[in-house]
Amino acid sequence: MNGDAVLELTGLDALIAALIARGYRVIGPRVQDGAIVLDELQHAADLPVGVKDEQSPGRYRLAPRSDNAHFGYVVGPHAYKRVFHVPVETLFRVRRDGRGFEVTETPVDARPVALFGARACDVAATTVQDRVLAEGAHPDPRYVARRKDAFVVAVACNEPGATCFCASMNTGPRPADGFDLSLTELLPEPGVPHRFYVEVGTERGRAVLDEVAHALPSDEDRRRARALADAAVASMDKHLETRHLRDLLIDNPEHPRWRAVAERCITCTSCTLVCPTCFCSSMDDVTSLEGEAERVRRWDSCFTRSYSYMHGGPARPSVEARYRHWLTHKLAGWIDQFGSSGCVGCGRCITWCPAGIDLTEEVAAIRADVKAARGASKEA
Amino acid sequence: MSAAVDIGLAPMLPRPARITRVVKETADTFTLHLEPPDGKLAFMPGQFNMLYVFGVGEVPISISGDPDAPEVLVHTIRAVGAVTKALMAMVPGDVVGVRGPYGNAWPVGEGMRRDLVVVAGGIGLAPLRPVIYHALSHRADFDRVYVLYGTRTPSDILFEEELRAWRARFDMEVELTVDRGLAGWSGRTGVVTTLIERADFAPESAVAMVCGPEVMMRFAARELAQNGVEEERIFVSLERKMKCGVGLCGNCQLGPELLCRDGPIYPYSRARRLFAVREL
Repeated sequence: MNGDAVLELTGLDALIAALIARGYRVIGPRVQDGAIVLDELQHAADLPVGVKDEQSPGRYRLAPRSDNAHFGYVVGPHAYKRVFHVPVETLFRVRRDGRGFEVTETPVDARPVALFGARACDVAATTVQDRVLAEGAHPDPRYVARRKDAFVVAVACNEPGATCFCASMNTGPRPADGFDLSLTELLPEPGVPHRFYVEVGTERGRAVLDEVAHALPSDEDRRRARALADAAVASMDKHLETRHLRDLLIDNPEHPRWRAVAERCITCTSCTLVCPTCFCSSMDDVTSLEGEAERVRRWDSCFTRSYSYMHGGPARPSVEARYRHWLTHKLAGWIDQFGSSGCVGCGRCITWCPAGIDLTEEVAAIRADVKAARGASKEA
Repeated sequence: MSAAVDIGLAPMLPRPARITRVVKETADTFTLHLEPPDGKLAFMPGQFNMLYVFGVGEVPISISGDPDAPEVLVHTIRAVGAVTKALMAMVPGDVVGVRGPYGNAWPVGEGMRRDLVVVAGGIGLAPLRPVIYHALSHRADFDRVYVLYGTRTPSDILFEEELRAWRARFDMEVELTVDRGLAGWSGRTGVVTTLIERADFAPESAVAMVCGPEVMMRFAARELAQNGVEEERIFVSLERKMKCGVGLCGNCQLGPELLCRDGPIYPYSRARRLFAVREL
């Protein structure tokens, strides 16, 4: 860490202004249509001030808070992947040229972006997507162009939601790395005004902070930030046991629990769309009436039949196989492919599942069963 | 600040390649000879290209030509979907888009001074033909060379003239079988696995390369293993839907494997558990 600081409440606005002045598009949380989404911010007042979100499996509601907290909520349906790995884009256009054709790539909007108020899980998710889309043998140049200069202002979660389990995945609730600046919101206390404890992650973060009025933190500020992080971990009710998780799933593809969950799953694809790391995409070739063609890439989901469709039909016709593929890839295959779990514990897939399917429950059920079976075979 | 930048989509852009020759192989299968985009397209046996038809789409097709003759790009294709049917309608002079080559290779280095056993089913002979070309032009690198080929019917046999020429050679064995014989067929009938038992290769040192429908590969690999070929030296070429070819779109996963990036060719020791699970 490159030091720390405190920012008064007014400093938040100044921080956004400093980022805009440096040419960043500042993307952060805003209230829209009854949810907290990610969109462009101009002022601190654009943030969901005094708002909280109530989340549980299959349920999401906003409600007023009794205080003036600027970050008194957790993550909504949007993840930062929509900024770097955009939902729909045209990769190139093709024009007929005699019997041949000419291919022109579509330019990328690569204005630098500042992620403002990114939660630890989302910062970790961005690192996970970097490994997939930017750090392999064939990086996606469009992703890299949008991602490479991004500035990150992270925010620690003081009040985890009911579907959060980042502590299990070792990604939060306090951002450990991957940020330029990281804020912990300190609500007003008698004699101490509303302020933010700031950790500086990079030289660039320091340079931006220096453009904004700030002060050295007191020991009490530091103590409060630490205490809030500890309390956040302690208050997180949801857990995912990750010990031997890869082998547990890889070794149990025929477990009856897959069939049971398939009876609830309606293959709506919500979980994959809200997931901050799911990266699958389809590429569709379309033609216009003017005789031009283009290739459009859009987010795809392993829950559709078309996702695995080859000559002869889908490779995974059953819902059971599709759910198994998603969860096994996320928590197990991902480790083989990219060196880390694909899950950051943000809980979005639980909240936004219309059937309220909770992956932590599914894993726990398989684990308990396998453990019981092992115990029984030992006794026998 | 300038917003739009050209970022060089190299791995994502199809490059035009002109068709120089079209060979009709069977009722639904044909071979295209193409002028590679840069005059030549170096590849290893078993690799594939993404072939693009203007406005229709793009499909992964393995290269069926001679790796020692990279100035001609050769693809053998079965017309089963929109893109492959559009490819079948093409004539010399038409242009298709090419991205590649992608994927890993049949381990022809592994075959050095070993018996080479090529086992193919149907269109599966196409991705193995570069192995056969390689073995014949580097014949001293191998001991005995076997090509065991099965198709559904006699009219599905690919590369018939070449098979006849190979069969006439004294330095390789070529065996054919069909699932269903038709009038006039006096060759063997039965599935391709029956040829494995009859062939007199040395299992302890042999390297086997198997390509065909998934079920055929599963049984052929099992038969080879039961005949004493080590699982690490039996290779299969796996198939799933592919869209990007470079490990970015996720479509080609089979269990924990990302076929376009780490495959499509795997030793049976690794593929066996993938074959064992339904709808993986």
